[in-house]
Amino acid sequence: MQPYFPERSSSKKRLGLIVNPVAGLGGRVGLKGSDGAEIQRKARLLGAVPEVEERVLRALEALLPMKGDLDLLTCPGEMGERAARRCGFEPFVTGSITPGATTAADTHRAAQSMADAQVDLLLFAGGDGTARDIYAAIGAVLPALGIPAGVKIHSAVFAINPRSAGELALEYLKSRAPRFREAEVVDLDEDAYRVGDGSTCLYGYLRVPFRRNLVQNQKVPTPGSEAVQAQAVAADFVESMQKGWLYILGPGTTIRAIAQLLGMPKTLVGVDAVSCEEMIALDASEHQLLELLEHWPAKIVVTPIGGQGFLLGRGNQQISPRVIHKVGKGNILVVSLIQKLNALRGRPLLVDTGDPVLDKTLTGYISVTTGHHEKVIYQVRS
Amino acid sequence: MSQPIRSKPALRRFHQARWDEPVIFELSQPGQRGILIPEEAGIENEVGDVVASLPAYLQRKAPARLPEMSQLHVLRHYDRLSQENLGVDLNIDVGQGTCTMKYSPKVNDQLVRSSKLADLHPLQDETTVQGILKVMYRLEQFLKEISGMDRFTLQAGSGSVAIYTNVSMIRAYHARRGEAGNRDEVITTIFSHPSNAACAKTAGYKIITLYPDEDGYPDLEALKAAVSERTAALLITNPEDTGIFNPKIEEFVRIVHLAGGLCSYDQANANGILGVTRAREAGFDLCHFNLHKTFSTPHGCGGPGAGASGVTNELAPFLPVPTVEYDGVRYYLDYNRPQSIGKIRPFYGVVPNLLRAYAWIMSLGADGLREVAEIAVLNNNYLMKKVLEIRGVSAPYAQGKHRIEQVRYSWEKLTEETGVHSEEIGYRAADFGTHYWTSHHPYIVPEPMTLEPTESYSKADLDEYAAILAHIADEAYTQPETIHTAPHNSTVHRIEHETFDDPQAWAVTWRAYLRKAAQK
Amino acid sequence: MKQKKPFIHPYIPNSAPSMKEEMLKVVGTSSIEDIYADIPENLRLRRSLNLPEPLLSEYELVRHIEGLLSKNKTTREYLSFLGAGCYQHHVPAVCDEINSRSEFLTAYAGEPYEDHGRFQALFEYESMMGELLNMEVVNVPTYDGYQAAATALRMAARITSRQQILTAGTIHPDRFSKILDYSRPDLIVEQLPYHRSSGLLDLDGLSQRISDRTAAVFIENPSYLGCIETQADQIASIAHAHGALCVVSVDPITLGVINPPVEYGADIVCGEIQSLGVHMYYGGGNGGFIATRDEEKFVMEFPSRLFGVASTVVEGEYGFGDVAYERTSFALREEGKEWVGTAAALWGITAGVYLALMGPQGMREIGAGILQRTRYAMKKIAQIPGVKVMFDQSHHFREFLVNFDDTGKKVSNVNKALLEHGIFGGKDVSQDFPDLGQSALYCVTEVHTQADIDGFVSVLKEVLQ
Repeated sequence: MQPYFPERSSSKKRLGLIVNPVAGLGGRVGLKGSDGAEIQRKARLLGAVPEVEERVLRALEALLPMKGDLDLLTCPGEMGERAARRCGFEPFVTGSITPGATTAADTHRAAQSMADAQVDLLLFAGGDGTARDIYAAIGAVLPALGIPAGVKIHSAVFAINPRSAGELALEYLKSRAPRFREAEVVDLDEDAYRVGDGSTCLYGYLRVPFRRNLVQNQKVPTPGSEAVQAQAVAADFVESMQKGWLYILGPGTTIRAIAQLLGMPKTLVGVDAVSCEEMIALDASEHQLLELLEHWPAKIVVTPIGGQGFLLGRGNQQISPRVIHKVGKGNILVVSLIQKLNALRGRPLLVDTGDPVLDKTLTGYISVTTGHHEKVIYQVRS
Repeated sequence: MSQPIRSKPALRRFHQARWDEPVIFELSQPGQRGILIPEEAGIENEVGDVVASLPAYLQRKAPARLPEMSQLHVLRHYDRLSQENLGVDLNIDVGQGTCTMKYSPKVNDQLVRSSKLADLHPLQDETTVQGILKVMYRLEQFLKEISGMDRFTLQAGSGSVAIYTNVSMIRAYHARRGEAGNRDEVITTIFSHPSNAACAKTAGYKIITLYPDEDGYPDLEALKAAVSERTAALLITNPEDTGIFNPKIEEFVRIVHLAGGLCSYDQANANGILGVTRAREAGFDLCHFNLHKTFSTPHGCGGPGAGASGVTNELAPFLPVPTVEYDGVRYYLDYNRPQSIGKIRPFYGVVPNLLRAYAWIMSLGADGLREVAEIAVLNNNYLMKKVLEIRGVSAPYAQGKHRIEQVRYSWEKLTEETGVHSEEIGYRAADFGTHYWTSHHPYIVPEPMTLEPTESYSKADLDEYAAILAHIADEAYTQPETIHTAPHNSTVHRIEHETFDDPQAWAVTWRAYLRKAAQK
Repeated sequence: MKQKKPFIHPYIPNSAPSMKEEMLKVVGTSSIEDIYADIPENLRLRRSLNLPEPLLSEYELVRHIEGLLSKNKTTREYLSFLGAGCYQHHVPAVCDEINSRSEFLTAYAGEPYEDHGRFQALFEYESMMGELLNMEVVNVPTYDGYQAAATALRMAARITSRQQILTAGTIHPDRFSKILDYSRPDLIVEQLPYHRSSGLLDLDGLSQRISDRTAAVFIENPSYLGCIETQADQIASIAHAHGALCVVSVDPITLGVINPPVEYGADIVCGEIQSLGVHMYYGGGNGGFIATRDEEKFVMEFPSRLFGVASTVVEGEYGFGDVAYERTSFALREEGKEWVGTAAALWGITAGVYLALMGPQGMREIGAGILQRTRYAMKKIAQIPGVKVMFDQSHHFREFLVNFDDTGKKVSNVNKALLEHGIFGGKDVSQDFPDLGQSALYCVTEVHTQADIDGFVSVLKEVLQ
C-alpha cells in the first residue's frame, strides 16, 4: 500500500505513531524481555496478553485537545491505527503488516516512513528494543518520545508514564520554542541479562522533547539548559587539560561537549583519543589505545551511561582493564550533568570492568565535574 | 464545571476573588490625576524654566506613557489585585517549606510605620537617633546569645546576602594570611540551600558538593574525600531542607578546621532549634539567620527581608562597615574598621525588619523562643504523621525517624500510578485556598513537596491542610482530569506558558507586549 | 525535669498543654525531647537563653518600643537637607495603604494562580518603569541601587567577555565600595578623573584609559555630587567605539523631565527606587532596578526574575510567569549568574502604585519642581558671604556641594550649630573628597518650600558669623 499523506499544512502539526504490539509481553510472566519470536511464543503460552494498546490510549487521550490541528500518521492495525481510531483520531495510515507476526523489520520500515514524511514528532510505544530499532533505522533525524510499554525501560527516551508522554507531546507540538534534550538509547543483551550480566550498551541518542518545569517559584536561578550545562562542564575540563597528555574520551553527550569545545569530532557511542591540540585517534579500539599508551601519559574521561549509572561497564570494551591499568586509577576523570546523578536516587555509580580486582580498587569516592568550577563527590561501587 | 464532593472531612468551598482586572494601562483616562505636587510660585518666578536650560538632548521629549488615573481608581485596582493574592494572614501557609511562613505580628507592622522610624534619615546626627541605634545594638546582643557567636552584622538584605557576606569575610580572612590563591574551593551539601553554592561561586570560589549517604544524612566520608589544602570553607545548612539534623555536624567542622578551612553555618532553618542547639558549640566560625524566616518579619511578596551574619572574634575585623557600638553612654556607628570588607548595601540594614525582629524576640523571651522551636517541631511531626497516611506520598530518607521543622516529601508513587505530577497537586491546592512549594531545582527528590508548619498554625489548621492533600491525592486516583486542568476556583485558569521561553513572543513589559502583538 | 509553668502565647496556638498531649499521641512519642534525639548531647544547650524577660502583653511591648523610638528626632520635626542616597520625598497615603495590605505584605513565593495579584502588580511595576525608561525589559527588584549597579556591571562583563570596568570619579563612595567587593576576584574596577571646575567626567581621561579590555563605562546621572552629566552622550559614544557597554545609574524620579539614558546611548540602566513611594526608614527602605533592551543577549544575563504576561486557556484572561526560565547563555569567563534571593518585591509594588498615582504629569511636575528648588537653593546659598556653591555652572538635580573653606569653619561644626536650630545640614563629604575641602552635600526635594529654604539661609548666615 502506498503511503498516503496530504500536502503539508502550514497550520497543522504532524505526529507519527509507531506501536510495538508485543512490547511488555515477556514482563508479566517473568521472562525479562520480549525480543524474538521464540520468547514471544513462550510468553503467549504462559498466558501473556499485550497491554501496550491501553497505554497508547492513555497517551493519545492527552493529545485530543489538539486533534483539529494535528495530522496523525501511523501504521496499520495493532501497530497504531487501531489505538488511534479507538481514541477518536482519524489517522493517515502507511505500509502494511502481517497482524500477529510483526517484527523489528516492520518497526524499521515504519520509522523510515515517518522520516520521509518529516513528522514533527515521532511517538512510539514499546521498550528499549523498540527505541533501538527506531534508532537503527533513522538515527536521530526526528524528534522522538517513547510511551513506556516494554519490560526494559532503561533508555532515557521514555516519558515516566503514558499520560506524561501524551502531555509532553502536546506541550512540544504546541510550543513556539520547542526544546530538546539528547536522551540515551540503551539496551542490554537479553540472553546475557538472563544469566546475570546486567550492564547496558549505549546505542545512540534520540532528541526528546524537554519538559519545561511548570513551577514558577524560583528562589535561586535555575541552571541553564542541558546543552548549556554540558558546555559549562566542557569549559571546566578544557581549562584543566595539560599539554603533552593524552585524553581518552569515553562515549556520551557531556563528553561530546568537550570535543566540541576543542573543535574536534566525537564518536558518540565510541571512544576517541585527543590531546589538547589535536585529534589523535577517532573511534579507537583497545589495541589502538594500548599502542598510544606506549607513547603518552594519559587520562580517561568517562560519564555515567544508562539509568543504572555505569561508569565503566562490560559494554565499554575499548576502555578495558589493561587500558585502565596503564593509565592509572588516579587518572580517571568523571564528568556528568547533575540531573544524571540525581536520577540515580542515591544509588552509587557503578564499575564493572570484567576484572573484579580492578573493580575493587576503583570503589570509594570520586570527584565528578558537574559544571564550571563545580564538582560533586559521589560514591562508586562495583 | 462542578465537582461531586465526596464525604470526607469538610473542605471549604473556596473561590478566590476573580476580578478579571485589566492591566493598569487599560484603566488610564487622559487628564486624570492620582496626586498633585506642591508648587512654589515664588521659586518658579525667580528661577524660570530650569528644564529648558538643560541641553536639548537631555530634556525628556514626550511624557512617559504612564497611566493617568484618579486616586480612588489606583487604590481600587491594587486592592483588587491584593484580593487575588493569599499570604500567611489568609491561608494555611504551611506549604512553603524552607520559607518559615509564620505569623508576622500586626503590632510590629504598626510600630515600624511610626514616623519615629519611617522619617529618619540615615545620615542624621547620631544624637538624634539613639532610639533606633539602641534597638539595633540590642538585637545584635540577642542574636549573639541565640547563636553563641561573638559579633553580628545586621546589614544583609536577605539570607542569601548574609551568606555572600560570610563568604566575602572568609575570602578576606584567607587573603590576610596570604592564602587567597591557594584556597579556592568551598564545600557544601546537595541539601543545603542552593544560595550557599551560588553565593560562593559569585565570590569566585570553586564549588564541591557532597551527596548524602543512603539514609539522607550528609556523608562524612565524602567530606573527607573533598577536603584538602585548597579548602577555604564549608558552607552547610543544618537541619537541611529535608528536615534532618546532621548528628555528625561537629565532626564535619573539625575535619574542615584541620585542613585550615573555615566553617559557616546556614541557619535559615533555625526555627526548630532555637534554644536547643547553637552554632558556637558545634565549632562554627560564622553563621547567619534569615530574619524574615525564624524571626517573623513578613515576606512582602519576595522582600524586603533581612539577614544577620554572626562571626567569632577572629573574623570580626572583616565585618562590613559600619557596626553599631555602645560606649556605656551613647550608641554610635563605627566606621573605623580598616580590615572591613567594606559596604555590602546602602547604610545599615533593612531597619524596619530589624525593629520587627527585635520586637518579636522581646515579646517571647527565652522560654518563648524555646516554645516556638518545640511547637514548630511538634507541628511538623504531627503533620508528617497525617500526610504519610495519604496514598502515594512518602518521606524519603531517615525512614521512620522524626524530622526537625520541615519535611521533604515525594509524590513519586502517586505520579507513577496516576500520571499526576507534584506541581499539579500544588495547582489544585489553590482551589482550596492554599498552595505548596515543591523544591529547589534541579529536583533531587522526585515529585517533591516541602512542608514546614512553623509554630503559628493550630492543630485544626494542620488537619485541614492534610485533608486537602488527601482529597487531591484521592482525586489523582479517581478523576485525575480535575487536577490536570486545575485550578478551577482561582483567579485565573491554566496559563499558556509557551511564550515565556520564546524571545519573539515574551513580554516583560506592557510596551513589549503591545509591540509584539501588533507585529502579528 | 522540673515542671515548667505552661507557656501560652498568642503567637503559638498549640502551646496549650492539652493540645500538645493530643498531638504527641498522634506522633507516637511522649515528649518533644524525643524528636531532638538526633542532636548529640554535647551540642545541646542545657540552660535557658540569656535574654530579657519577655513583654508578654501587647501593651507592654508597644510602650517599650515607643519609649525607645521617642528618643529619635525625625525629618518631620527637623528641617533636613540630607540626601546622599536616601531621599525625603512625599510618600502618598495610597502607597502605604497598598503595602500594608496583608495579602501583599505576608505573601511570598506562590504560583501565578493563587498569588496572581502579586505577579500582576510586579508586571505592572516593570511596565511602568519601562515607560519611564523607554526600555522593554525591567527586572523584579533587587536589593538596592548598589546591588543593581554591581549586578549590571557583572552582566556587562559577561556580555562583552571583558573584565575592566571604568567608573566616574564622582561615584558615591559606598556604591563604589559595594561594586568593588562584588566584583572580586574577576573584574578590575577603576575610577576616572573629573574636572574640578564642573564636577563632570574628564573625557580625555576616559579616552586614555578605555581599551578593548573595557567591559563597561559606568556613570551616575546625576552624579553623587548632584551634577547632571551633560556629556553623557559622548561618554556612551566613546564606550561603544571601543566595544564597551555604557551603564548608567539614575534615580527614576528624574525621568519625568530628564531624558532616560537609553535615549543617549545607555545599554544597561540601573538605580534605586526608594524615591518612588518608600519611606526613608533610617536608610532601610531600598529596591534596585536593572533595565535593558529586549534582546536575548541581555535577557539571558539577568540573575533576577523577569515576570511576563501570557494568555490562559480562557480568552481574555491575563496570566503571568517567569520569562526565560532557563537561562540559555553561558559566558565562559565571567562566572556564575549570581543568585536570586528575597529582595524588595513589596517596594516594587509600591513604586508601581506611586507611578500610577503620579502619572506623566505628576512625574513632569515633580522633576521640574525639584530642578527649580535646586537652582533656587544654590542661588540663595551662594549669596551667603564666605560660602561657595561648587560646580555652580553645571546643572544640578536635587543635590549640590556647599563649600565652607572661606568661612574658616568645618562642616562638622556648622552642622552641629545647625542642629541646635532644628536643622540637619548636608552630608559632610570632606573625608570622601578631601581635595574638595570642607564641603557638604545639600539636598532639596519637592518637600522643601521657599520659606524653608529662605529660613535656612538666614540661619546659616547667623551660624557662620
